[in-house]
Amino acid sequence: MERSIQAIYGWLLALPACLLLAAFTHWPALASFLDSFWSTPKGRRPSQFVGLDHYRRMLVDDPIFLQVIWNNLLYALITVPTSILLALAMALLVNERIRARGLVRLAYFTPTVLPMVAAANIWLFFYTPGYGLLNQILTAFGLPDTNFLGSRDTALWSVMVVTIWKEAGFFMIFYLAALQAIPPVLEEAARLEGASHFVYLRRVALPLLMPTTLFVLVNALIGAFRVVDHVVAMTQGGPDNASALLLFYIYETAFRFWDTGYAAALTVVLLLVLGSISVAQVRFLDRRIHYR
Amino acid sequence: MPEVRIERLAKRFGTTVAVDEVSFTVENGSLAVLLGPSGCGKSTTLRLVAGLETASGGRILVDGRDVTGLPPPARGLAMVFQSYALFPHLDVARNITFGLEVRRVPKAERAARLREAAALLGLEGLLHRKPSELSGGQQQRVALARAIVAQARLCLMDEPLSNLDAKLRQEMRKEIRELQRRLGMTMLYVTHDQVEAMTMADRIVLLKDGRVEQVGTPAELYAKPATLFAAAFLGTPPMSLLALEDGPEGAVVAGSDVCVLPGRPGRGRVLGLRPESVRLAREGGHRAVIESVEFLGADSHLACRIGRERLLVRASGHLDLSTGAEIGLAWPESAVHLFDAGSGRRLEVV
Repeated sequence: MERSIQAIYGWLLALPACLLLAAFTHWPALASFLDSFWSTPKGRRPSQFVGLDHYRRMLVDDPIFLQVIWNNLLYALITVPTSILLALAMALLVNERIRARGLVRLAYFTPTVLPMVAAANIWLFFYTPGYGLLNQILTAFGLPDTNFLGSRDTALWSVMVVTIWKEAGFFMIFYLAALQAIPPVLEEAARLEGASHFVYLRRVALPLLMPTTLFVLVNALIGAFRVVDHVVAMTQGGPDNASALLLFYIYETAFRFWDTGYAAALTVVLLLVLGSISVAQVRFLDRRIHYR
Repeated sequence: MPEVRIERLAKRFGTTVAVDEVSFTVENGSLAVLLGPSGCGKSTTLRLVAGLETASGGRILVDGRDVTGLPPPARGLAMVFQSYALFPHLDVARNITFGLEVRRVPKAERAARLREAAALLGLEGLLHRKPSELSGGQQQRVALARAIVAQARLCLMDEPLSNLDAKLRQEMRKEIRELQRRLGMTMLYVTHDQVEAMTMADRIVLLKDGRVEQVGTPAELYAKPATLFAAAFLGTPPMSLLALEDGPEGAVVAGSDVCVLPGRPGRGRVLGLRPESVRLAREGGHRAVIESVEFLGADSHLACRIGRERLLVRASGHLDLSTGAEIGLAWPESAVHLFDAGSGRRLEVV
């Protein structure tokens, strides 16, 4: 009796979380998966079972999808390592006893706390052709005026710069916390053994930061495939889909073109990407770089 | 092997003085212990010698060479830290040879020296474990091996045993001392544990509030404590200290008419008596009241009261005495220590 009441309490306490997760995470994921095998209902024509048609379309019939995937891979490949390296460098710098350390830390972290739309507006101004900050600098040096966000060659790269600028400060906080968790006595011991500061960093501090690097890496990768706000605020995917990323493409397909069946299939692809990143983390990396 | 000379060494942190003109010498191949309560400046002194802190004044001479301004690796010393400071991501072997690798010692020599150090400390079977897979005692051995493998001329130890349990501590005490003798190392050892100091040291440097209180062999410090602080700090149980007053026939214990130093003044003086040098008098003796009896097996500790002062007596065996009983106490003249209450300095018993 006592035990069953305990069990009821337990379930009641877990219920709100279970309901929320089921209603807004698990059910939509499952529904997307199922919907991806059905065509989009249109007017008088109800939804029909089409099997793997949507997936075939992605690979054979949809150059935009391939472009978006390529864009997103490039985006992840460039922004993730760059922002991590930058974050590490910034953390190492502000972990030293430098002048105005608090101010520098604050400065590095500011981009992270800025709302995306505000940040995008700042950068829109930087990038503006004609009188934007970057173009003023370019023309001052006699270089041609560039429409950073409006040209196929530079749009994606310009978005990447903003991402790196915004993410690096965020990741820096994790590195800074990890650096401060390393007992200072380790550096003293290394110094006594004849290690320079650089040797200490390379042989002691960096290996001890590996768990943090893994954590940041996974988060950055997942983040890179979930980005939509940068694109919406700055380029709307343009020009000519040059800066469109996967989630933005899903959004457009679902809510601008109302091709919900195809959007469901695209969502499944996104879920697969995110899922495999997580699995890779748990399976391969986690075990190898934890020491304690 | 070097001789270490510390001359008027000082360290100030802002306005607080952590080390105040400390001077002492560590002989070639000997073990000196820096002893004192926490906050006495012993660890800071050690860190100054290591070069981990910069001296505010004074000199550190190793083998006659002034190393005061040199960076730590240029001083040719090894150090064992209280927390061992092992690198958690490296296995035991790599931890031990870390310094050799950094200093680019050839691989073959590295392996040979590792084997030697591991054999010396019984670590052969653990070389491929990570520090987190070792017990506290084993971690301690790895830290020692790392200090030894460097073949440093001078080894510094910062409370190396304080994280071990009592039994292990006793073993490691012996082992470190043996190792130091066998390798002929000069060792400067910091501890707050007077038992460690008494059992291991060739010389003890007793510190208090950043100043040297007394320097000497353990026997000297025990037999002739130079100050009240030294008297109270060394010995378990510690020396009883009794304030004296002037009486009609000489110095009496404060608050009583028990005359302990006939014909001599008592005011402003403190009498010191080691518990083991006081015995129960069969008849006569100085009258005292028993406050408590502690039976420890081989002997008993009697806490007695004379006037306002308390006195501890160590008597062998089990005693059939009850609290509140009056007894007579006696001690030889040679067991009497006398101190000036104001300055705390030792006075000769005249």
